[in-house]
Parts: sequence; structure tokens; C-alpha cells
Amino acid sequence: MNNSFIRNREIMQGSIAIAETVCSIQPGVIGVYPITPQTHIIEHLARLVANGRAKGKYINADSEFSAASIVFGASAAGVRSYSASSSQGLLLMTEVIFNMAGTRLPGVFSAVNRSLSPPINIQVDHQDTMTLRDSGIIQLYVENIQEAVDTHIQIYKIAEDREVFLPAMVCMDGWIISHAYEPVTLWQDEIVQDFIGQLDLPYRVDPQNPLTYGALTDDDKITEFKYMVDSALRKSKDKIKQVSEEFRECFGNYYGGVVEEYHTDDAEIIIIAMGSVVATIKVAIDELRKEGRKVGLLKIRSFRPFPGEEIIKTLHKAAVAIVLDRSFSCSAGGILGGEVKACLYNQNKPAVINYIAGIGGREIYPFNIKEMINQGEKMAENGKISDEAIFYNLNSELL
Amino acid sequence: MKLNIGGITEAGLSKNNKTGTWRYQIPFIIEDNCNGCGLCEIFCPDSCLTIINKLVSVDTNYCKGCGICAIECNQNAIIMQSEGESSYE
Amino acid sequence: MKNNVKENFLAPGHNACPGCGVSIAVRLILRASGNNVVIVSPTGCLETFTSPYNMSAWKVPWVHPLFENASAVASGIEAALKYKGNNDTHVIVIGGDGATFDIGIGSLSGMLERNHDILYICYDNEAYMNTGIQRSSATPLGASTTTTPIGSISYGEALPKKDMLSLALAHNIEYVASATIAYPRDLMHKVKRGLSVKGAAYLHVLIPCTLGWGFEPDQTIELSRLSVQTGIFPLVEYENSELHNVRKIKELRPVDDYLKSQNRFAHLLKEEYAQTRKLLVENVRKNINKYGLE
Repeated sequence: MNNSFIRNREIMQGSIAIAETVCSIQPGVIGVYPITPQTHIIEHLARLVANGRAKGKYINADSEFSAASIVFGASAAGVRSYSASSSQGLLLMTEVIFNMAGTRLPGVFSAVNRSLSPPINIQVDHQDTMTLRDSGIIQLYVENIQEAVDTHIQIYKIAEDREVFLPAMVCMDGWIISHAYEPVTLWQDEIVQDFIGQLDLPYRVDPQNPLTYGALTDDDKITEFKYMVDSALRKSKDKIKQVSEEFRECFGNYYGGVVEEYHTDDAEIIIIAMGSVVATIKVAIDELRKEGRKVGLLKIRSFRPFPGEEIIKTLHKAAVAIVLDRSFSCSAGGILGGEVKACLYNQNKPAVINYIAGIGGREIYPFNIKEMINQGEKMAENGKISDEAIFYNLNSELL
Repeated sequence: MKLNIGGITEAGLSKNNKTGTWRYQIPFIIEDNCNGCGLCEIFCPDSCLTIINKLVSVDTNYCKGCGICAIECNQNAIIMQSEGESSYE
Repeated sequence: MKNNVKENFLAPGHNACPGCGVSIAVRLILRASGNNVVIVSPTGCLETFTSPYNMSAWKVPWVHPLFENASAVASGIEAALKYKGNNDTHVIVIGGDGATFDIGIGSLSGMLERNHDILYICYDNEAYMNTGIQRSSATPLGASTTTTPIGSISYGEALPKKDMLSLALAHNIEYVASATIAYPRDLMHKVKRGLSVKGAAYLHVLIPCTLGWGFEPDQTIELSRLSVQTGIFPLVEYENSELHNVRKIKELRPVDDYLKSQNRFAHLLKEEYAQTRKLLVENVRKNINKYGLE
């Protein structure tokens, strides 16, 4: 890492760090609509626009639907664009995000994870971004503020790759990442922009070369169209790994490509999770390892594209896999849990236990992680693996 | 033919869709009455009429036989003539 | 252009119904605007008949995003063009009444309020025609549609037409106008005026629909003319929220002439619907007084 690439290093709030990074990237059009807990990002961006540091057009949209549509329009015109949202706002953006993925427009969104209503709650869980998983958007989940900062830079490069051209989303836990203060390194504008390169869309809205977007298409072609989007998302997996390596070479930081393995080589029990809870799990793993327990963590960084191969490869030696979900699909268990089980189905596989925890911001402490690991181990020993996902520490007095 | 990414498609290719097969009546121009004013050309929904040398001509590839030109002509220069059954199979 | 051969930026071979008023309007709009434009259309008749895959009728850049967000996508395109230093290419939204009055009203309001340099043109055929003639909030009182049919206890649409001009005016934009295809030069002039505004402008164009309103395809222009001559659809222009120009009616035609020419209204001439018919006539009186049409 070249220290001259550093613009600033200080303790700052996550939202500020992200806004500063987006400003360094200098998107040409920014569409915003406020929703807690992403508002600090757009507020800081507004300050940067107001004092001339951020040069793009900053548009205060009338809803998240419009904010995402502004990103769609600007991307179609060949200009790098950005928006941010959470929770209900992400749901409102859903239709546009499907539209962007299908139209192959590489806009980037910061998704500050927040629980879905009802009841209304501003704390974190992953239900909002999980609900977008079918769209074709790239989704990377980050563990801490520095990773959030660095992933925004990487994700533009990934989304704008000539073989990808898909919208992309950096998913970060609300409050824990957006509002906490940590020491953060910010990078020089020119180095960041050099790293990402130029946006070079194969098609753009241009009177010199008129094109038609959004044509009506019959069943004889639609499967193949959608297959192309699916292929592009699959291809982005290699690009995520490649760009993560390039980032490490240039800036020095590395967070894994699509997954990060932590003490998994000889682990008998591996816990699988995404988001900021990964940091908590690492603390628990460290403590258990000191006690001689063979436990490890597989952090899922890229949820879309889904890292099936990497999960199979890491888990095949383990006896027990515990999937920690911060979202669930009604009547069908945890979402990450379901997808992990599906990709392991035909393989030599560990027992998979799916916990649903941390919904609506309920804290997950290292002792909770240890308890899940112990419970999981006991279930495996007794041969009593729960097929259903388990709502961890469900308070029966409320039911 | 390979699909374009994003479903994006080239401009103006509707010219390959010969909608003339839709019609059962076609404008007949009474040349003596036509003064080339261009009113019919303005109102044709399918861009089938052109005024050349102060006389209107009909592009039969696309004319759907709606009859607006005949109604709107101020000079009684256009009448709609039956073409029998529609030639669309 | 030699021999008066005029440029058509909407190619023939589109799938509009024979006699479709929307295609007439769009040809005129593009003739007025020229081809240094980007057109954004929401889902609707225009979108469906002009854009089958590999058979697009558009000879200018055209974007169909979704049903409710044409104004917002246009806002993004306009901002991007300005960001690239392009102040010449005009962004025009051409959307139907369903997308304008109902589902897209939020994003339209946002675009007008932010005063983007966009001309919004609503082609108003007074119902969701593309999906089979269902009512929209643009459907006039008494009209029969598939979701406001005539029945033993219903005379058709029971609510008055939403006043979109007032809604547009409420946003303090420089130019708001109404036009219709029977007056093509007026329509083209208003398009040009709307494009000359450095900011948002709204143009409302009434389009008779042969299939949806129920008349022979060759009557499209005549019905458009009648809508003005009966006082049902006033042709007006507002500059900076002040009424600036009105097309006066030389010879007022009776409302019945309009009603009896369309299947969707024909029932109103019966005695049992006299109340509703009376309301329509009163409405015309109100228009005449408000705009000074006579």
C-alpha cells in the first residue's frame, strides 16, 4: 500500500465516510430521498455539493421510486449515478431495480439495512435487501466502516465491467455501520477514480445514435433475455474476486472476494453469516479457539452472486454448519439458510442448522454465538437436527 | 440473430412491418381535384402520404385504410375504395 | 426538403389501430421538436404499438422504463445530459392519461416541482386504452368504460374528469397548455413553445380513440374538432400561471353532437340519463365562462 494514496485518516461516523467516498468517486447524478438510517449519507453529500466538492447533479426526489428512476435515467444516458435507501424505501425501489438489472444499467446503491414494517422499526435486519435478491442486482454485505468505504470503490468497478453491466448494492447494517464511529482511511480522489476507470456503456441514450429501450418482447425470446441477466450476475463473481485482488494490490486492504474464511481449515463447526455480526462472531471464535474448540466462520461477502461453489468447498470438511440469518421468508425459514442447504444438497455435507436472530436490531453478543455453536453441536451429537429454522431466543412470554 | 443486452433495440425497424396487409379499403386520388395542400399528409396516422409535385401519393405498404385522409380532404380529392377481403392471412 | 417531403421521426409500420389519434399526435410532436431529442414514455398505448422488439417505430432515442416513473427517469436523463454539458438535446415525456393522471402523478409532480428542463406531453384518450378501455381519473362523467359500465344502477363513470391543467399550474411552471390533433399547427406551435422554456412545461393533448370511444376510424379528426367546437375541451395557454391565450369558438356546436357520435356516450341521450347529460352541458357553460370561449 502506498501511503500517498491516503487522503485522510481519522475517527469518523460511517455515513460521513461513505458520503466522502462517494464524493471521491464523483458520480454525475445523485438521486436522493430520505429514510432513516441512511439520511446522514445523503445529508453529508448535500453539504459536499453545497460547497462545490461534489460536482454531480444532486436531485431531491419525490420518493424512493423516483430516486431510483433518476439513477436509471442517468445511467441510460451514460453517466455514473448513485442513490441510497433502507427498509421501506428499498421495497419502493424494487420495481426500478428489476428494471435496471434487465436493462443492464450499472447504477450503485448504498443499502443501509433496516427492518421492514410492520411494526415500524428503524433498527437493523436484512429483510429489506434480501427482498431484492431475485432482481439481478449485485449485493455485497460489509462488516465494518472501512470495508463499506472500500467496497463502494470496488463495486463501481465491478458493476461497470464490460462483461457485467448490472446495478449493484453495498449492504451495510443500519446504525452499527452507518452511525458508529471508527478510525477510517479515506483515499485520494484521483487514485479512486483511476482505479475505477471510465464508464463505457455499449449503448446510451444519444440523438446521434437513436435506440429504443424497453421493447415489447414475446415468449420466443424472453427466456434468453433473462438468461443473459443471470449469466452476467454469475460472471460478476469472477470480477468481484478479481477487483478485490486489484484493490489489495493498490490500496492494501482485502476483505475476501465473495467469501472470507476465518479459521475454517480444521474447523468441525463452521458458522456462516453476513454483515456486522461477522465481527462479533470473530470475537466468539477467537475466544473458543483459545479453549481449544475447533470452530470457524465463513463470512458471506457476496450474497448475489451467490457463492455456492465457495460454500461447498469450505463446508465439505466440517461436521456442523450453523447459518445465522437476519431475515426469513415466511413459512420457509431463514433465507441464507435455505440457500446454503440448497447448494449443499447433492454434496458430502455437514449437518446444517439455521438460526434466525438479530431481527429488528435485537443484539447478538459473543455469548449468543457461543450458545448457538454449543446448541448446534449438541443437536448434531444427538442426531436431532432441526429441519425448520430456529428463531433464536424467541420470547414465549410475548406469544 | 443475437439478442442485444438489456433488450435495447435499433431505431426505425418498424418499416419491416408492412401494415398494408391490414386494410380492406384504400384511398383513391382524384388527381384533378388535388392541389397538393398537404392536409391529408398531416393527418395520416401511418405516414403513408407524400406530396410530390403538388400531388399526393399513397404508400400502399403501410396504409391501413382508416379513411381519415378522405374525410379531411377539403378538395374532395380522395375517396376510399374497397379492396375486397383483407389480404392478411 | 424537396417537394414538400416532410421528415417523419415516427416510422410507418407501427401497430396502432387504423385511425389512431396518438400516432397522429406523435408525428406532429416530433415534427415540431426535430430529432435532437430524447423521448421517455411510460407503459401505455403509445409504448405498446411503437416498440415491439426489433420493430421499433421510433427514429429518435426513446426510453420506456415503467408505468409510473417516466417523469423521474426523464429527470435523470435531463440531469445527466446537463452534467455532460449538453444543453441542446430536449427531453420530452409523452405519456398517456393513465400514467399522467393516476399512477405517475407523484413522479410528474416531483419533476414539475423541481423544474427540470423537460416538456411533459400527456396524450389523453380518457381511459386505460392499452389494457382494454378501463377508466382512469381522466375519464369524463357519464362515459362507459369496462370498469364503469352502464348497468341498471349505473350510467357510466360517476366522477368528473380530474383537472390536470390546474394541477400542472399549481407547480408554478412557466408554460401550461392544452391542444388537440384537429388543430395541428396549434399543436406544433405549443410543442415548440414548451420546448423553448428553460424549465418544466406541460402540454395536454386530447386524443379521440376510435376503439375506446366507439366511432369509425375515419372520424378521429372530426371528433377532435367537435370536442373544441362544443366547448368540452378548451384550447388554452397559460404563461407563468396567467391565462394568456384562448381559442375562441366561432360557432358553438351543441354538446349532443359530441355525445351522439361516440358509443361511450350515446346512452346519455336517453331520457333516463337526462340528469347526467345536463351536468355535461353545465360543465361546458362553466368552461365557456372560465376561459371566455365565446
